[in-house]
Amino acid sequence: MKVPLSWLKDYVDVDIPVEELAQKLFSCGLEVEEIVYVGQEIERCVVGRIETIVPHPDSDHLQICTLNCGSYGEAIQIVTGAHNIREKDLVPVALDGSSLAGGVKIKKGKLRGVESNGMLCSGEELGINEDWYEGADVNGILLLHGDPAPGTDIRPVVGLDDYVLDIAVTANRPDCQSVYGIAREVAALLGKPLRPLALDYTPADVSTAQQVTVTVEAPDLCPRYIAHYVSDLNDAPTPLWMRRRLALCGLRSIRNVVDITNFVLLEMGQPMHAFDISHLAGKQIVVRRAREGEKIVTLDEKEFKLSPENLVICDAEKPVALAGIMGGLNSEIEADTPAVLFECAKFERANVRRTSRALGQKSDSSARYEKGVDAYTTGIAINRALHLVEELGCGKIARDRFDVMAEVTEPAVVKTTVSAINALLGIEVPKEEIKRILTALNFSVTSNKDELTVTAPAYREDIEGYPDIAEEVIRMYGYDRIEGTFLKNASNTMGGLTDAQKLEARAGNALREQGYSEAITYSFISPKDYALLRIADEAQRAIKIVNPIGEDMSLMRTTLMPSMLDAAVRNVRRGNEQGRLYELANIYLAKQQPITELPEERRTLGIAVWGGAEDFYTAKGAFEALAAELGVQFAYTAAERPYLHPGKCAAVLLGGQPVGVLGELAPDLAEELSVEVPVYLGELDYAAVAAQADAAVHYTPLPKFPEVKRDLALLADEGVTCAEAEAVIRESCKFVTNVRLFDVYRGAQVGEGKKSMAFSVTFTPREKAIAPEDADGYIRRIVKALGEKLGLSQR
Amino acid sequence: MKQKTQAIREEIEQRLAAGECATSKELIELKMEYLGKGGKISALSKGMRDVPAEERPEAGRLLGELRAWAEEQFDAREKELKRRELAAKVAGERIDVTMPAKFHAGGSVHPVTLVRRELEEIFSGMGFNIFEGPEIERDYYNFQALNIPADHPARDMQDTFFVGGEYLLRSQTSSGQIRVMEKQAPPIKVLSPGRVYRSDSDATHSPMFHQMEGLVVDKGITLCDLKGILDEFARRMFTAETKTRFRPSYFPFTEPSVEVDLSCKNCGGKGCRICKGTGWIEVLGAGMVNRRVLENCGIDPDVYTGFAFGIGLERIAMIKYGIGDIRLLFENDVRFLRQFKD
Repeated sequence: MKVPLSWLKDYVDVDIPVEELAQKLFSCGLEVEEIVYVGQEIERCVVGRIETIVPHPDSDHLQICTLNCGSYGEAIQIVTGAHNIREKDLVPVALDGSSLAGGVKIKKGKLRGVESNGMLCSGEELGINEDWYEGADVNGILLLHGDPAPGTDIRPVVGLDDYVLDIAVTANRPDCQSVYGIAREVAALLGKPLRPLALDYTPADVSTAQQVTVTVEAPDLCPRYIAHYVSDLNDAPTPLWMRRRLALCGLRSIRNVVDITNFVLLEMGQPMHAFDISHLAGKQIVVRRAREGEKIVTLDEKEFKLSPENLVICDAEKPVALAGIMGGLNSEIEADTPAVLFECAKFERANVRRTSRALGQKSDSSARYEKGVDAYTTGIAINRALHLVEELGCGKIARDRFDVMAEVTEPAVVKTTVSAINALLGIEVPKEEIKRILTALNFSVTSNKDELTVTAPAYREDIEGYPDIAEEVIRMYGYDRIEGTFLKNASNTMGGLTDAQKLEARAGNALREQGYSEAITYSFISPKDYALLRIADEAQRAIKIVNPIGEDMSLMRTTLMPSMLDAAVRNVRRGNEQGRLYELANIYLAKQQPITELPEERRTLGIAVWGGAEDFYTAKGAFEALAAELGVQFAYTAAERPYLHPGKCAAVLLGGQPVGVLGELAPDLAEELSVEVPVYLGELDYAAVAAQADAAVHYTPLPKFPEVKRDLALLADEGVTCAEAEAVIRESCKFVTNVRLFDVYRGAQVGEGKKSMAFSVTFTPREKAIAPEDADGYIRRIVKALGEKLGLSQR
Repeated sequence: MKQKTQAIREEIEQRLAAGECATSKELIELKMEYLGKGGKISALSKGMRDVPAEERPEAGRLLGELRAWAEEQFDAREKELKRRELAAKVAGERIDVTMPAKFHAGGSVHPVTLVRRELEEIFSGMGFNIFEGPEIERDYYNFQALNIPADHPARDMQDTFFVGGEYLLRSQTSSGQIRVMEKQAPPIKVLSPGRVYRSDSDATHSPMFHQMEGLVVDKGITLCDLKGILDEFARRMFTAETKTRFRPSYFPFTEPSVEVDLSCKNCGGKGCRICKGTGWIEVLGAGMVNRRVLENCGIDPDVYTGFAFGIGLERIAMIKYGIGDIRLLFENDVRFLRQFKD
């Protein structure tokens, strides 16, 4: 919110530098985001008096002036093309090396051979218009009035010597959304008196009630509605002082009564509206919910179709304003408007917000209403407006008004104690200090020993309980007085991770040991991601974001595969030739669509591996390392996925149940993505694996007798898998504790369609040692079983 | 006999001294020449037959002495030769120790996880547990129970993603506060970390990011306790010199509410580009738990007080590691990720 320093000084004496004021406001909760010096663009520009004007010898439109610029030089020669000047005129002079509005730099030079040591300026070149300085809009050089001394800095002369503070106001302090609201805080901060607003006016012999009737049909959405009639309007220009203030806050002057409503909005934070009463059909104002399909065209000529969710101000026939947001074009004030009805109301903030959002229509007024306007301010702002009507001599003020109030809101009264406030803060703020602070903030305080009865100012609708009072105290007393203590009174509690959280940390460790770096990818993906993996149908299962940033981030993922592929592809494209990534994150599984209960968020592991040195088995290593860490055993069977290589894809099983998939990116998909290194992708239902995990330590005594190792070379048909052979080896002899495939050979020596598989088999003795001839016997038994069950033979 | 043995002794001494055997092979040949079956000392033994009986014991002793002495000489020379040969071999085995190592590089932890883990360590040491609430939440937990009714202006502070009906992507881990307080009676000390979502995307905002909510509810908890806890956090997360600053703010679920700034670690508080000249960096929001929030969870606010704080993990990671753009955290470029070690 913009607060001009000069305006602020109308209500409170600010006798400290603006930077210090900003710092004080910051420390009490009003962050000054920017301090703008209004004349910041204007430099080395001073008042000059034209001493002589002679025509340029080589030009028929240029003139040569001599200027008295006081201490900057009493005879400065400047060439100008303007002709609205005479000798003795006082004008703004941009000296050599000066800068003007828009960053324009002025340097001395020669114009058609005549030296010119600067420039005479127009209002526009100083960045001002008629709202800043009378005559600023004149086409030509700005002629200064009054008697500023030559050499005086031009900025104070034309009203540019001012600061505008841009203040961020938190949502709980709508009362600070105005210049006067900030002035109240500043007065309390500086310990200075706050000058009251002039609210008085002289009523004339005209009556609101004779002109109009006001009915509030929706008091829930309009807790207070004040209507006051002003007749015999004139179209006198708004005085400069008011125009200048509007301009400082970025508003342009429109006409006097409209300017008054804008001025009151800025000064007090109360939005107002003025209706041309001649346009009100049936001399009625009805505040009601819009009818379904009813239409309004607002002042900015946009048409809206309304519903009963929207509050409107109507005459006997039609809506004439979108309550709290914008007036209707049909009752706009014009130059010849004879009389107006001022509206000063409190509209329920949530409804204004909803309507503004739903219709996409915003205004300064709706911005205030959304934050909240208090009924007290509504009551006095109308008087302020009428005072200004009188001051500006705009018209005759009715002696009566409509003031329809749903209920009278009483100021909040908080009964508390000094000790309760201090117990929350943790420090001892003296009682007298508490009273001083609250009083400075316009709270009224009565006290009896420890007890305090605090009545909030009527405009402070945010005050509810003693913590609010504590906050008022500490923000003025100073947060820097809060001394850190270490949970002085708290009970001891056992902290730390749960077993499940520890297990997950271990899972991550196991993967990192295998060289996998942890990735974090977005939880939302695109329908295109599913299509790319040729599982477009699966997108139907995904929970849709109603208001996504874009289609690319519109679905809550049901699989990590697209995210893993995306990460791998991005890396490869950036020239990262090799990499291993994992992510342990949730997928989101709706129980039904549309969702009527919380979906399942299932912790899932995704891996992506790429690079020339990688193959299916290095990728499989990630899952095996995890299995070892979590104390589970996975089985793998050949499987197919539309996005994986049909010959290099496995389903991962745990206890016979599928828990994951692993494979090489399908070659045609790799080609489509222009990925030339092999990419392996895997996904594991971590939640299911964790549920089966046995991460405890189970100690087994070392064998008393030495283990016996035998190598076993087998000739097999190509279709026989390692897992099948291993299973037979294990089940054929109870002493087998380890089976490891260490070589596979294909070639002429074994014949077409055959392969040789070499296993190392470990026998672990139990009650007695295993003699070499025992081991020979086991091997014979194993070979026999392999032959019978799988058709293998020993080589 | 004495003369003969003496002669052989001298002969051996001479030949060894002359360096006739520079290699093990030559030494063995020489040894055989004396101690072998047909060697000179063996020949001498065979000559014992011709020695008169009364001289034999003396001759035998001399012969034995000679044999023992010779063996000792050859053994010593053999050891010396082996030592020299090994030394020569080792001398030829010099490698270039600057050649690349052979090792298997471990993976890295995502910087956000590093920060999260560090926070969990700091706070679990203070008796905090860790609770992870759902990411897809009901409006009630994300807003209403936190004293943010429908159409409250505070909802503007967070542009929320909706997934239909009353369900949304949680915009803050504060939702976890409510779920904990509903289930657990005070004393409560809990952290609630996790993913949160807001419709915002630029160099400092990501539509998905991570927060960690901290909540303490017990008897006699004060604003000073909040300050003490956060001071400790600041020192441990950054440096022992890091200071915190409270300034007033507003969150509907805390009262009083504060914005917490840390002294800028880059300039030590003097003011620089990173802290925009202020010497302070805004890192988190906090405050004393609003009475209404306690009431919503069935906790008597006249008996218990508490504080809550919410930390943006990406923001901490960006400050701590000097990461300039939040999007880097989600691109998962391995050159980026590999820099963050356990």
